[in-house]
Amino acid sequence: MTQRGIDCNELVEVVTEYLEGSMPAADRKRFDEHLEICEGCETYLAQYRQTIQLTGKLATADVGEPARGKLLAAFRGWKASRSG
Amino acid sequence: MEPRSPRDLDIAEALRRGDEAAFERMVLAWSTPMQRVALAYVHDEGLAADVVQETWLAVLEGIDGFEGKSSLRHWVYRILINHARTRFTKEARTVPMSSVLPGGEPAVEPSAFLPPDDPEWPGHWAAPPARWDQHPERCAESIETLRVIEAAIRGLPEAQAQVMVMRDIAQLSSEEVSGLLALSPGNQRVLLHRARARVRRALERYFGGEAP
Repeated sequence: MTQRGIDCNELVEVVTEYLEGSMPAADRKRFDEHLEICEGCETYLAQYRQTIQLTGKLATADVGEPARGKLLAAFRGWKASRSG
Repeated sequence: MEPRSPRDLDIAEALRRGDEAAFERMVLAWSTPMQRVALAYVHDEGLAADVVQETWLAVLEGIDGFEGKSSLRHWVYRILINHARTRFTKEARTVPMSSVLPGGEPAVEPSAFLPPDDPEWPGHWAAPPARWDQHPERCAESIETLRVIEAAIRGLPEAQAQVMVMRDIAQLSSEEVSGLLALSPGNQRVLLHRARARVRRALERYFGGEAP
């Protein structure tokens, strides 16, 4: 980023870097200052964060019962074979 | 590499002792994200489920060898990825260069912004992005929304899908993903950035009322 303030079309390209915390402090400051005055970018960042949050929900669902049963049976078999 | 976690060593030790409850907890907590990572490689739900089963068996077979040099999660996912690649060998190739070339894919269509020669607001939003709560029947918290995300991930270039699923679903760290996929941190971030931008656009279309 240059010394002047950041534009919206630049901000959307560095959002990931910003959220990773790998942005230099001066750039981070310009990013934050822009967010304070730009509703469009504030909305974009919120939507980007929401995308990540909603995607994370795909991590939770029950393991199918048949799968769990087979795995526990396999575990018992493995355990038994070790103590022999 | 992630620093050794005492908790990881406890879990490994519990498995070695034959603690079935510990194994069951792990299976319940990890299997769904593991399935989603496998899916990003094998593109078939049934095959992905097989890969996860195989991985758990391999984890048990190999647990004596876990020394805690990497995190348990990293160790398990390395096994998973190896099994996924073996099961679907055409995916066992290096990241296609087109996915990591800089400047290849804007996060937002350029037409959403005012041009650089605009007299007042060059590079600014022509109009702010539409809010996502305009259609009450399309609620962010619904199952339908998750289906939209699933479909968007399935449509991603493979390397982007792999990175996003590992980061945002399996919650692996950027260092772990870079290591597992043999990517530089910069390339990993570019892939993640593009993937998230695409999924965000899919959600934008969905919340804007387009047919999913």
